[in-house]
Amino acid sequence: MNAFLLHWTFAIPEIWVLIMACVVLLADLYLGERLRDVAPVLTVLTLLGAAVLTFFELGQSGTTFAGLLVLDPFTNVAELFSYLAVLMVVLYSRRYLMDRGIYRGEIYVLLLFALLGVMVMVSGANLLSIYLGLELLALSQYALVAFNRDSLVATEAGLKYFVLGALASGLLLYGMSLLYGLTGTLEVRHIAAALVNVTSSNLILVFALVFIVAGIAFKLGAAPFHMWLPDVYQGAPTVVTTFLASAPKIGAFALIIRLLVDGGYGMLESWQQIFIALTLVSLVVGNLIAIAQQNLKRMLAYSTVGHVGFLSLGIVAGTEAGFASAFFYTIVYVLMSLAGFGMILLLTRAGFEADRIDDFKGLSQRKPWYAFLMLIIMFSMAGVPPTVGFYAKLAVFQAVIAAGYVWLAVIGVLLAVIGAFYYLRVVKVMYFDAPEPESGPIVRDDLASATLSINSLALLVLGIVPGPLMAFCFYAMQGVI
Amino acid sequence: MIITTILFYLFSAILLGSATAVITARNPVYASLFLVLAFFNAAALFILLGAEFLGLILILVYVGAVMVLFLFVVMMLDINLTRLKEGFLSYLPLGLAIAILGVLELAVVFWTSPLGHIPAPGPIPANADNTRALGVLLYTHYLYPFEIAAVILLVAIIAAIALTLRRRQGTKTQSIDAQMAVRAKDRISLVNLRRPEQ
Repeated sequence: MNAFLLHWTFAIPEIWVLIMACVVLLADLYLGERLRDVAPVLTVLTLLGAAVLTFFELGQSGTTFAGLLVLDPFTNVAELFSYLAVLMVVLYSRRYLMDRGIYRGEIYVLLLFALLGVMVMVSGANLLSIYLGLELLALSQYALVAFNRDSLVATEAGLKYFVLGALASGLLLYGMSLLYGLTGTLEVRHIAAALVNVTSSNLILVFALVFIVAGIAFKLGAAPFHMWLPDVYQGAPTVVTTFLASAPKIGAFALIIRLLVDGGYGMLESWQQIFIALTLVSLVVGNLIAIAQQNLKRMLAYSTVGHVGFLSLGIVAGTEAGFASAFFYTIVYVLMSLAGFGMILLLTRAGFEADRIDDFKGLSQRKPWYAFLMLIIMFSMAGVPPTVGFYAKLAVFQAVIAAGYVWLAVIGVLLAVIGAFYYLRVVKVMYFDAPEPESGPIVRDDLASATLSINSLALLVLGIVPGPLMAFCFYAMQGVI
Repeated sequence: MIITTILFYLFSAILLGSATAVITARNPVYASLFLVLAFFNAAALFILLGAEFLGLILILVYVGAVMVLFLFVVMMLDINLTRLKEGFLSYLPLGLAIAILGVLELAVVFWTSPLGHIPAPGPIPANADNTRALGVLLYTHYLYPFEIAAVILLVAIIAAIALTLRRRQGTKTQSIDAQMAVRAKDRISLVNLRRPEQ
């Protein structure tokens, strides 16, 4: 066997997802007319199969494809959670897409290709593979956002996302090329080794780090690179918004781990300062502007900016516990957004988008169970115990205080309190306001409501028993530092 | 040696000139043709550097395929250039300022800390075959990114079709199966027109 194919079995989950994406595409082409559910059912099978394949690889580690793909605990754990996130999106999606006449197989094919992009990013050990994974993800996302082409807002959101995303990719690529010029290698491990000889005040290095961090901040949605978020989240079909807030965030987090921690941990002081600035701006912008929003999708977009601020606290800490708590926060954020947007999906019906906060008025009288689930979701986002959102915030605060940034933690706590206002406002509207007369009936959707119940109750259960998930995150960070 | 230096400056000068003409030309067809010229000169520079494969592929792919497509699009779209260029002069000072700032910053960086880690390329061996060398590298060491790039192109195709293909109701299209299966007697029926004998 050729040397470059040594250990190619490490890439089996990626290969499986790629093959199955093509199978879904063809199956939908030939069978889609008669069996309308063939694409989503096959997608679910693909995700379950990938989970099994990844599960068998737990505990192994090493590189393959001439060092371009790395398998370590972080790869495994991040991939497993990405499958979970896409699975939820698929389970939520059916009725919403049908009502809008875009229940087509291509959506699921693009979701699978986007997932493949996330997997390539997560397992990237080389600037080349990381960047290509990012582009694969981004290209699928642009198409997904604009998928409802008869909707003007969706098309506008798609175009905006495409232009700004291309700019961000350019920034990231520019940073990568400077790093390549400085170290003479594309491989992340070799970059880390070469940077030992470079002083942290080296101008080229500073330039490279600034560009790379700006690119990552855009993909994560950290302020001041968040301009695209509200418009794209609001304009995209809600199923796509749900996806945007899930697996791609794990991919963006992988960019931090792979580029800045694996590659640039020796330069921690240099990029730490940039991250402190990003954290502060994100916390303030996200939590303050969200107060003024009347549209729930927009509010959740700004809340995303705030959450990115909180998870960056763990990155700023720069310790193993810090990265593990940031990873924990990322996963919790993904679960919370899936539930939050899932609730909007559940309340919509043909021709009616339940994305205004006013649409939630009096939900407790119309559907008490949904109101209770939404209560858990909002409490978790605000960080109220005993939900998992509280534990996630606690973990990042602990990490950042242990690293000596007490003032940062104090600002974080203050803004978390301010942020609690707009989450609790939704709760107040649901329980204490009378329903609007035109709000209409809630359409029955057993699959999505069962998924949402499990998703929301998981937020409560994980809050009471956070230990295993936290242990899993610490396991993922093994070998990263 | 001197000849190659002269050629380098010649090609570079034409490259820069035609690149400028791309954005200043009034007619979009001229702009695309200037872009073709720019590609040609870039290809010549590649060949001067000894990378003949890259030079030829640039001409084949960009000039042969991409630019022809581009010209088609430009000719088919009715682009109103005067409207497109309306804001050009008012944005020019800001754009220039940003460009100059960027160039200055980069110049400072490159002057103060030279990119010294990369050794200068050695002389090209006598029977170097860079097509083969690129091919071997691309299909072994860089197999994985090569495959992902292919997937990205596949996604681009799927996305473009999914976003633009529209099945309209009531359009008249050929039904090839029916056309092939047709027989002469389906099309022509002979009618006896002779007036019956009275």
